Amino acid sequence: MEQEKTTNNEARLMKGNEALAEAAIRADIDAYFGYPITPQSEVLEYFTNEMPKRHGIVLQAESEVAAINMIYGAAGAGGRVMTSSSSPGISLMQEGISYIASAQLPCLIVNVNRGGPGLGTIQPSQGDYFQATKGGGHGDYHLIVLAPSSVQEMADFVFDAIRLAEKYRNPAMILADGALGQMMEKVVLPQEGSLPKVSKPWATVGKPASRKRNIITSLFIEPEKMEVINLGLQEKYKQIQSEVRYEEIALDDADIALVAFGLSARICQKVVDLGREKGIKVGLLRPITLYPFPKSALNKIADKVNFMLVVEMNAGQMVEDVSLAANGKCPVYFKGRMGGMIPSPEEVFAELMSIIEKQSVTQD
Amino acid sequence: MEKAHEIIFAGFGGQGVLSMGQTISYAAMIENKEISWMPSYGPEMRGGTANCIVIVSSSRISSPIISRFDSAIVLNQPSLDKFEHEVKEGGLLIYEESTIINTPKRKDIEVIGIPANEEAQLLGKKQVANMIIVGAFLAKRPIVKIENILVALKKVLPERHHHLIPLNEEALMLGQRLIKEKVVA
Repeated sequence: MEQEKTTNNEARLMKGNEALAEAAIRADIDAYFGYPITPQSEVLEYFTNEMPKRHGIVLQAESEVAAINMIYGAAGAGGRVMTSSSSPGISLMQEGISYIASAQLPCLIVNVNRGGPGLGTIQPSQGDYFQATKGGGHGDYHLIVLAPSSVQEMADFVFDAIRLAEKYRNPAMILADGALGQMMEKVVLPQEGSLPKVSKPWATVGKPASRKRNIITSLFIEPEKMEVINLGLQEKYKQIQSEVRYEEIALDDADIALVAFGLSARICQKVVDLGREKGIKVGLLRPITLYPFPKSALNKIADKVNFMLVVEMNAGQMVEDVSLAANGKCPVYFKGRMGGMIPSPEEVFAELMSIIEKQSVTQD
Repeated sequence: MEKAHEIIFAGFGGQGVLSMGQTISYAAMIENKEISWMPSYGPEMRGGTANCIVIVSSSRISSPIISRFDSAIVLNQPSLDKFEHEVKEGGLLIYEESTIINTPKRKDIEVIGIPANEEAQLLGKKQVANMIIVGAFLAKRPIVKIENILVALKKVLPERHHHLIPLNEEALMLGQRLIKEKVVA
């Protein structure tokens, strides 16, 4: 596809992967380090075409392990940096991500999730929810995780993720999937220059006489010190809870709540339409941040609905967090497809109807 | 135009299936409509079948992935076998005639065969068969204006192929004519 030279804010038709990359250039990233993997190779391709003409460094590393450690180094030097990959590649990065989380460095990591486990398939999946939201690597840490559900959000969340990463000195992740990467939709891109650089007094950029040495490390060999670092991280994660974001669709009068993120949430929007056409009062809660997770919003909804149905492209991962949030106030059901298969709206709707039927049988 | 039109384009890789969908998507964007274009990008693309789902709507599009279609446009037998049954009742099925041995059976949808490959050969370039089909489809379902398809072609075709735009225009018009002649006949 021919690239447009304009940087204005008119609507464009773009693939999710291209919109993500263009947004990152407009967010003024200093460097992108990555290694190609389907279904997100267009990200590296786009940077390779565009960055030499505009600004920023693009570098194809020799592996994902190298890429994430380049991120570690460049983020430590105060750069605004990002990498992207898909599931097996993100697994390879986990050691580095744990180091970055411990050293408290801001960066953006994008996972265009494909079906696993193993080398798996190249089709869309949400099988990396646990890996993204529970840490992924070793030790007690969290990423800030944003889950786009449209090409527009693939672009917008680059800005949001970088802003949050820099605010909290924490790695942020955009957890997308193969479909969001490959599909084209209308997108209005964020304005170039609308994300000013922040000062990073902690960066290792050469020591002037006026201050002490900056040290960036994740090695704190004395357990007393390591615990203090951990307490600091946990305190930060508490503050991060205030950044929770979610979208409510048709929940005002709902007595059934669907819960889904990313592409699954788009599928569930159609299920809401199908249900409302038949007079079923069904709504949707879409977590936008997966970490922090919209616990209290879900807890409130659990008070007023008959049941929740969680829909995911995995064996049932976010459903555990939804169940914890509902805390026994209402039954929580699950519908999922795995390995790169995508549930159709009709399939989810049929599941919804069969739960309604079972419920009315139990009530009789 | 109805609220949303949901279309599947399917055929062999190389028949221009994905660009048919892209062309209509661009034209819809020019007309300020909501659109989504969802390609199959799996291993089946390598030599096998390729398809894309296009949704054109006057309001926000929910699921970009659907399994029932208002229109199916199929360019080979495997795609016809797969998607004939996924057209909604009262919907439209357009197929490329010369490659189909087992013709569609359904009576509750409108079925139209177009000899696009032969007609494209007569125009002198078999690659424009897809634009003959697009022209025919838009004659039946004018979800976007033909003149916007011409603008869209400039976006979809790489610059080195821009000299082929007049030929593509001819193919579009031919497709429209074929439908009109069928209606008269």
